[in-house]
Amino acid sequence: MYLARVYVTLKPTVNDPQGLTIRGALHSLGFADVESVRAGKYLEVSLAAKSRAQAEKQLAEMCRKLLANPVIEDYRFELEELVST
Amino acid sequence: MPLRFAVVVFPGTWSDHDTQYALSGVLGQEADLVWHRERDLSRYDVVVLPGGFSYGDYLRAGAIGRFSPVMEAVAAHAEVGKPLIGICNGFQLLCEAHLLPGALMRNDSLQYRCVWVHMRVENAETPFTLACQPGQVLRIPISHGEGRYVADEETLAELESSGRVAFRYCSAEGEVTAEANPNGSMNDIAGIINDGGNVLGLMPHPERACEPLMGSEDGLALWLSLLEWAKVRA
Repeated sequence: MYLARVYVTLKPTVNDPQGLTIRGALHSLGFADVESVRAGKYLEVSLAAKSRAQAEKQLAEMCRKLLANPVIEDYRFELEELVST
Repeated sequence: MPLRFAVVVFPGTWSDHDTQYALSGVLGQEADLVWHRERDLSRYDVVVLPGGFSYGDYLRAGAIGRFSPVMEAVAAHAEVGKPLIGICNGFQLLCEAHLLPGALMRNDSLQYRCVWVHMRVENAETPFTLACQPGQVLRIPISHGEGRYVADEETLAELESSGRVAFRYCSAEGEVTAEANPNGSMNDIAGIINDGGNVLGLMPHPERACEPLMGSEDGLALWLSLLEWAKVRA
């Protein structure tokens, strides 16, 4: 069993009004050091793949097909093998 | 002979009956509501993907609906050159399905906007705008939270140079201004067509402006264009 932590982030060129608004809120809370905020998505996917290589291959395909939109988003993921007890 | 329209219904679609009413109630055409599990649309002349929130807009608007069984039939319909319109959520679905370029993102206001807007006909030679004058201003409502059209510079340049921007947000007088753009769309884009010219995606709702009682009849122009297009082709 594997647990994938998937991070979907906006491409650097894409305007992010959510991030800008959050930055504004942080500034008004007194976090004057904040320079920028980009909002993205975080997903946890657990899967019963036979090997790490297979899990990675499936994850990449999931990201490409559905989890991220390649027009506006990038993705990366971390894979952890879950040891059953 | 009336045209046969398929109005595709996904779980969460909400403008299906409005669209059916405009097409059959107002215009006397045949308009079937077609469930998203349908795999054959070959008997229809025109396919409409209406507005709403397919699959709750989870993940991204249109991201999950675009894998519905019907979408292969929708692509096949477009492939043979028949007219396909995506309105609002339908536009989002067409972009997610790569039948149209670009993507629709959260409005720059971060607000859901349900207002009347004006859009200018930028290309009056598409099957969807034949009955319009170039530069004609249509008053049509929008109702969306994710309608900000985004594409890379190359795609935008391509759309602009090949007349594929069908509609642009504008003032009542037809001027393209920042104030007239309700969602922050790049180049004030309200609707685009594919390179074949038979697939249109737009955020405004022409089906909701088809009778004086609705506040505007300007939406009829799109449907009347399709009827004219069909007549010319027959």
